[in-house]
Amino acid sequence: MSVLDGYRDPHLAKRLKARIDRLSEAIGRDILIMHVCGSHEWTITHHGVRSLLPDTVEVRAGPGCPVCVTPAADIDAAVNLALEGKTILTYGDMSRAKGSKKSLAEAKTLGADVRIVYSVHDAVKIAKSRPDGEFMFFAVGFETTAPATAYEILHRPPSNLRLLTSYRYVPSAVEAVSRSPDLRVDAFINAGHASTITGMKAYKACFDECRKPMVFSGFEPLDVLISVAMILTQIREEEPKMENEYTRSVTWEGNVKAQETMSKAFDLREGYWRGVAMIPNSALDLKPEFSHLDARAHYGLSRSGESAEFVKNARCADVIIGKIDPPECPLYMKECTPASPLGPTMVSSEGTCKIWADHRIVSAMGCRL
Amino acid sequence: MCLAFPGRVITIDGDFAKVDFGEGTAREGINVSLVDVRPGQYVLVHAGYAIQVMDEKEAQKTLSYWREILAYEGVETPR
Repeated sequence: MSVLDGYRDPHLAKRLKARIDRLSEAIGRDILIMHVCGSHEWTITHHGVRSLLPDTVEVRAGPGCPVCVTPAADIDAAVNLALEGKTILTYGDMSRAKGSKKSLAEAKTLGADVRIVYSVHDAVKIAKSRPDGEFMFFAVGFETTAPATAYEILHRPPSNLRLLTSYRYVPSAVEAVSRSPDLRVDAFINAGHASTITGMKAYKACFDECRKPMVFSGFEPLDVLISVAMILTQIREEEPKMENEYTRSVTWEGNVKAQETMSKAFDLREGYWRGVAMIPNSALDLKPEFSHLDARAHYGLSRSGESAEFVKNARCADVIIGKIDPPECPLYMKECTPASPLGPTMVSSEGTCKIWADHRIVSAMGCRL
Repeated sequence: MCLAFPGRVITIDGDFAKVDFGEGTAREGINVSLVDVRPGQYVLVHAGYAIQVMDEKEAQKTLSYWREILAYEGVETPR
């Protein structure tokens, strides 16, 4: 789709920058914009979007990395099953994140059968091809990913495949962040692909409560610059709105077919976000009628707890919630590097620490401390 | 995790489609059951499943709109 090349047009970027500079000068105070998607963090860091913004406008990563917020208790459960001889299927990023002690990748080096899949459909195919085997799919992600798993659940998955689900629902996390007194977020850039599923309507109650600008944004560098300009215009005019920048994909209603599929398989319940908090209505859990597929019920696994989340002195939780930038963690690029990550934010390609490390950002200079 | 790529649907067979992602990359077996799509349309594909039919006109409209309102934004326009 060559039209997307236009979303990297440097001439339009310069004009957007001029508009953003003018708006921020007129506003005359510091503005903190939070985005909640690892893909946005990648776009912003990779294309140097922050270097185009005035000192008074900061865009910071919030809780937008599904692997990072998957509870240690769930990873521990998957690791234990792997070491007991079950075959575990999961995404590559998930296999490298440690629970309280080990990651699935480390279990594999001890002889466990851990296989990386690209999609839930691959997991179904593998289980079908080996009817004598016992398989568990470690299903993590946000509402972007959950509908696909719901589709497979509703299409008679093989009886030798069980699911350990750790799906999380972004609108409830945005609501929690908007209520946080420590973060003082002025506006949100909302996740384009999660919102493609839920639609803007899923954020209406949160917006009505917090009255902070919310722009639903695409993933090209100009999408982000346009979103920042939209937010600053709203702040300048003192008229907060829910506004859609990503009109090529996000709608008010969202993908209704995907929502219906998802709601046939999952219920929204309270969920734990690793190191952050229990958040009401933030976990997509299997409905009781699918308990025969539920690895927790089948193997008697314990529910997510709040203990032993991160290694000592690591500030993963503050990075996840967007309280700090990675260089403010004492372990960042010292003990904790992409080659030997100590926390999940340094593992996942959507983790803020991993993205900053991959782009060789080693100091907090230029960050608002 | 929420990475998604746009591609053009070439053929559809039941719940599955062949999708052209451009630059010589086409993939079969993309699940299109979560969207209502016809061959020729663009879909956004996430982990093997189409999650939305993309509106190419909207993509163009957003750009044209911003080009227009920023036409006199105090930066020399090279074209």
